[in-house]
Amino acid sequence: MSYIIAKDLRVGYEGKMIADAMNFVVNKGDYLCIVGENGSGKSTLMKTLLHLQEPVSGELIVGDGLKANEIGYLPQQTLVQRDFPASVREIVLSGCQSRCGLRPFYNREEKTLAAENMERMGITALADRCYRELSGGQQQRVLLARALCATQKVLLLDEPVSGLDPKVTIEMYELIDKLNRDGITIIMISHDIAAAVRYASHILHVGATVFFGNTEEYAESDIGKFFLRQEGGEER
Amino acid sequence: MIETLMMYLQYPFVRYAIIVGVLIALCSSLLGVTLVLKRFSFIGDGLSHVAFGAMAIASVVNLTNKMVLVLPITVISAVLLLRTGQNTRIKGDAAIAMISVGALAFGYLIMNLFSTSSNLSGDVCSTLFGSTSILTLTSKEVWICTVLSVVVVIVFVLFYHKIFAVTFDETFAKATGVNANAYNLLIAIVIAVIIVLAMNLVGSLLISALVIFPALSAMRLFKNFRQVTVASAVISVICALLGLVVSIWQGTPVGSTIVAADVAAFGICYLAGRLQGR
Repeated sequence: MSYIIAKDLRVGYEGKMIADAMNFVVNKGDYLCIVGENGSGKSTLMKTLLHLQEPVSGELIVGDGLKANEIGYLPQQTLVQRDFPASVREIVLSGCQSRCGLRPFYNREEKTLAAENMERMGITALADRCYRELSGGQQQRVLLARALCATQKVLLLDEPVSGLDPKVTIEMYELIDKLNRDGITIIMISHDIAAAVRYASHILHVGATVFFGNTEEYAESDIGKFFLRQEGGEER
Repeated sequence: MIETLMMYLQYPFVRYAIIVGVLIALCSSLLGVTLVLKRFSFIGDGLSHVAFGAMAIASVVNLTNKMVLVLPITVISAVLLLRTGQNTRIKGDAAIAMISVGALAFGYLIMNLFSTSSNLSGDVCSTLFGSTSILTLTSKEVWICTVLSVVVVIVFVLFYHKIFAVTFDETFAKATGVNANAYNLLIAIVIAVIIVLAMNLVGSLLISALVIFPALSAMRLFKNFRQVTVASAVISVICALLGLVVSIWQGTPVGSTIVAADVAAFGICYLAGRLQGR
């Protein structure tokens, strides 16, 4: 049994589907990159994977001990967060919220978990700093620590390196890779096909034609060759 | 000045006004931070106009206890308005503007057409600016207000972490299984209750000031959510006390004096924030 199985999954808004039917599986320990052009349905697929919206048709099966709300999520930076007065500690702790249920306050265990994840992301020293004063890379680490508080199984990352400078981008990729090697399943939405091929174990290409397979197969496929050549031609 | 104040404090209506004023200032500031950060600063304005419209209907049909009508109508509007954040055709700010001016116009129209009062403009003015109503509270109203305020504070403390999670990142909260919609509903209801309470204090035109000024002032000075929330409550209570004292002492209108104090506090906090280099 796999963590996530998509069977003829079509995603879209209000009954209109955006992308072609998708078939893919995510197993424990996988590193799946979802690539595709703008408007190809990546974000809609992501919302569907997070169960924020229903699939138009087809099935999305969650299994192997994974519960629907055990997918941690790293969002693209939204407007609200930029001027939000919140300390790093407050934000990381809020990742434990779903564990609380109706209990009003965090318990010792959750506070320890938050502290561990801050340590893991190397942001313990920033715990009392204000989120909005941090650099882009540091902010992403904070949000990663929060996602790790919510789950130890699957992380869904929505363009985690957009807006980061090249050096921080590499650090970010290394960090994600390390999490994957620690056994956390990664699903990453990315524009950066070159990096996707370098780090991921599987690629899902969304769009008019859908490709799913492991990275070697993708690099050999027509669609993969086409996009990789394009990427290579671009100034990077 | 102290003597004058002591003299006034012997009157129960002055003590009532101060108790109610402080409680309302406290409650309204608590959720202010959330509203400002969720980009709902104007919801206080919209809801208070709805409450004004409801108040007009209540006085036309001669209800003895206007709360019975005003509170449910305001709560329902709050729920509808906060839902507009998601997938609706009319976006949040436009919906608020529509409901706000619509209710204001209807309220005034109804009062004009059906009112039996001899002093119509006086009635309207006191509903809009709360000019004297806080000084004419009965002990029963003070009790209702106290009980509701205590409930609001308790709800806020119990749900503080959930309100934070939902305000900071609703999508994340939803994705990890937090029932964000339920908490949004809770926030909407609490806001409506606060607005209806606050109408007595500053009237429906100035309520927004009570909700947003303390939050904005606190955000100039502090950098984490807890400090901002506490500071905004403290600032709000101090401003309300100051405004009440000045208005009793100098005979100025209560609502506008409190708001003036809030504006002054914002000015001070802004300057202090700049001096700290933020």
